[in-house]
Amino acid sequence: MKNVEVTPGMFSSATVRPSLKTPITLVVASLVVLVFFGFLGKAGDISFVWSDKREALQLPPFIVNSMFFCTIVGAVLLMIGLLSVALSIRGTRTPVWLIAIYSLGAMMALLGWLATEATQGVQMIFILSNTLVLAIPLIFGGMAGIMSERVGVVNIAIEGQLLTGAFVSAIVGSMTKNLYVGLIAAMIAAALLSTVLASLAIKYLVEQIIIGVLLNVLVIGVTNFLYSAWVDDDSINLNFPGTFEKLPIPLLSEIPVLGQVLFNNRITVYLMFILVPLLWYVLFRTKLGLRARAVGEHPLAADTVGINVAKTRFWWVTIGGAVAGLGGAALTIGNVGSFGREMSAGLGFIALAVVILGRWQPIYVTLGALLFGFTIILKVWANQVSPGIPVDFITMVPYLVTLLAVAGFAGRVKPPAASGQPYVKG
Amino acid sequence: MSKKKEVAAKPAQDKATSVLHEIMAGDPVRIALSVLLGFIIGAIFMVVFDKSVVKAWANFGSDPSMALSTVWWTIQDGYGALFTGSIINFGADSFVTAIRPFTETLRFAAPLIMAGLGVALTFRVGLFNIGATGQILVGLAGSTFVATRLEMPIIIHMLVAVFAAVVCAMVWGMIVGVLKARTGAHEVIVTIMLNYVALSLFTYLLREPNLLLEEGGGGTPKSDNPDDTARLGLLFGPDFQLHYGLIFAVLSVIFYWWLMEKSTFGFRFRMVGHNPSAAKAAGIKVENTFVWALAISAGFSGLAAANQGLSVDGGLTTSIEAGIGFDAITVALLGGSRAGGVVLAGLLFGAFKAGSATMQVAGVSPEVLGVVKALIVLFIAAPPIIRAFYRLPAPGIKVIEATQKAKEEKVIK
Repeated sequence: MKNVEVTPGMFSSATVRPSLKTPITLVVASLVVLVFFGFLGKAGDISFVWSDKREALQLPPFIVNSMFFCTIVGAVLLMIGLLSVALSIRGTRTPVWLIAIYSLGAMMALLGWLATEATQGVQMIFILSNTLVLAIPLIFGGMAGIMSERVGVVNIAIEGQLLTGAFVSAIVGSMTKNLYVGLIAAMIAAALLSTVLASLAIKYLVEQIIIGVLLNVLVIGVTNFLYSAWVDDDSINLNFPGTFEKLPIPLLSEIPVLGQVLFNNRITVYLMFILVPLLWYVLFRTKLGLRARAVGEHPLAADTVGINVAKTRFWWVTIGGAVAGLGGAALTIGNVGSFGREMSAGLGFIALAVVILGRWQPIYVTLGALLFGFTIILKVWANQVSPGIPVDFITMVPYLVTLLAVAGFAGRVKPPAASGQPYVKG
Repeated sequence: MSKKKEVAAKPAQDKATSVLHEIMAGDPVRIALSVLLGFIIGAIFMVVFDKSVVKAWANFGSDPSMALSTVWWTIQDGYGALFTGSIINFGADSFVTAIRPFTETLRFAAPLIMAGLGVALTFRVGLFNIGATGQILVGLAGSTFVATRLEMPIIIHMLVAVFAAVVCAMVWGMIVGVLKARTGAHEVIVTIMLNYVALSLFTYLLREPNLLLEEGGGGTPKSDNPDDTARLGLLFGPDFQLHYGLIFAVLSVIFYWWLMEKSTFGFRFRMVGHNPSAAKAAGIKVENTFVWALAISAGFSGLAAANQGLSVDGGLTTSIEAGIGFDAITVALLGGSRAGGVVLAGLLFGAFKAGSATMQVAGVSPEVLGVVKALIVLFIAAPPIIRAFYRLPAPGIKVIEATQKAKEEKVIK
């Protein structure tokens, strides 16, 4: 038994025995890797390709026997799993960095197993950099989700906020020929949308989930209409913003593999690098964040000590909307270069899942978003290497993981106590 | 600790349910005003983004009457086309073609009504089931397997296929109920996740040659056409596309009405929806009620699935779901979760779907109907907006009572 934070970041501690569910899940998954990918695996070779052809510094590809590689990785994973069991029995939670290493290992084993004997090998740079770029809208959406749920407002409208950001950034960016104006316009538009959610939920006490769902329907309706009635006829002038230039950071971008993946990106990615730690810092290390969390955990107590509950909620939800707008802009001017109908395609709902998976904590949420980004690109990539198992099952995995997390199979998941509950000032 | 939390949550929860009840008990005047305002704003959208109107207004100084009349004609063209496409075509040369639009509205409305009833049922129990999409997809898998892989005599084949859709969907819905009852997982997240899982699962099944993939099919996930013995037959002969799905819709409306208003089962559902703690105190097993409510709700979605899957021409793809699961939420909200309301809401949205094609032909983007639809439901669900717009008095008593109660409870604490 040991004192453990009950709600992450709340500095409240209580005697809680860490659940054995996480370690057991890790052990079972490592056995799957060891047995199915290792012992019963494929006999051919895997080649991990580390460098782009354009790069100056070429790393040789890493070629290894599939069964051998997966057996080794499986064994390491099993050791981590057993370590985690031992930690749990002694009353310590499995640290997140250990789970991150575990996931990385499992990912390599999966990639290797899928691409055994594939001619092009495993293109690590392609996979990792796309994972990051595809995760960006999810991360910003997730941050928006954290910002509103931490103050006690459930935000189902992330999908609508992303779509608003995507649409406005593309249109304004094209009309003004300035992508930065487009970016700011996207943030403002999504923030305005959030004020509707905020005022209806906070002032008029309308059921938050219903408002969220309906705002999504409204944004889909409006963008579809504007796209077909206005934008589509004149897409050269209205929907051709292009994308931000890639800005390689000097020196850092020269690092093999990681430099290419992390430091040769568009501004939207760098904004994420700044925003996530910033949000973490504000939420957990400043007075402002403490107040916000107090409002989300126990509004009555917060009110008693003189915090304006309604105002706090309103501003956090609104600024969260601006962040989600940024995520929408990352879809268009940060990646694709034009707006398409309903292009957010459910990313906002995935962001909701990511918020839960990451336990309302910015860093963990980012890791969760990367997991989803990885599955999206994996689906694309796996179709090229024609793997032994249907791609649809791989697509399912992150959703199942989220389901298990929500159902409490993988550790405790506890939302802010007052999330979703309106507060009537007495 | 959990006990403490419950107490803190209580007043707020009561407040929330009272707002939900206000939405459900929507009076006809407010609904009519919401629909009207939705159409008015839709007209503004149509006019502002119409090229001929913009051109006419550019010459407003020289020809103001022209500018005003183009506005009128644009609105008339748009909503006129919606009317001809969904209710009666007065310009038609025969009776059959004149009333065909209305039968099309019925055809589009049937699955919306069935899935809408499912969502409405869970609203009455105080749950937010946004999993109709996934339940429809799983139901489609069941009915399509029966309809394409098994051989049975006519009519029996169709009934078995419908039954398969209902059972598969119910199992899918039960998962939500069990997870909610056993682990306390929030049904919104569970249903969203299950929607995606169902989509992947259905795509996989459509790819698998031993299960649903069409004969001689390749990489694209697509099934065969359902066997002729399993198809939902046409109701009024080959002149109309309306099929037996409508009969199932009518039966499910009657069943829903009986279940919710007349049966003890429905009484329990409503009781849990009004106040779960009171229901528990009265000896109702709230958890079991959740499981049953979600299962029966999914059964309605399964009927919608059968309606789609057994009337299709040229095989199924994943697009057969056609957004019905999501529309069902708006149908249930607009219909106030009552049988009659859901029918009217389903007919309105069915008319929107039926009228889209004629609006397209008339040169008006039918997407404007998506805006109208969203606005109407938003106005219904958020009574303060519509009250502010028409300067209606607040319903007062109910809300004040709830606030008072919340205050008192806080004081006691």
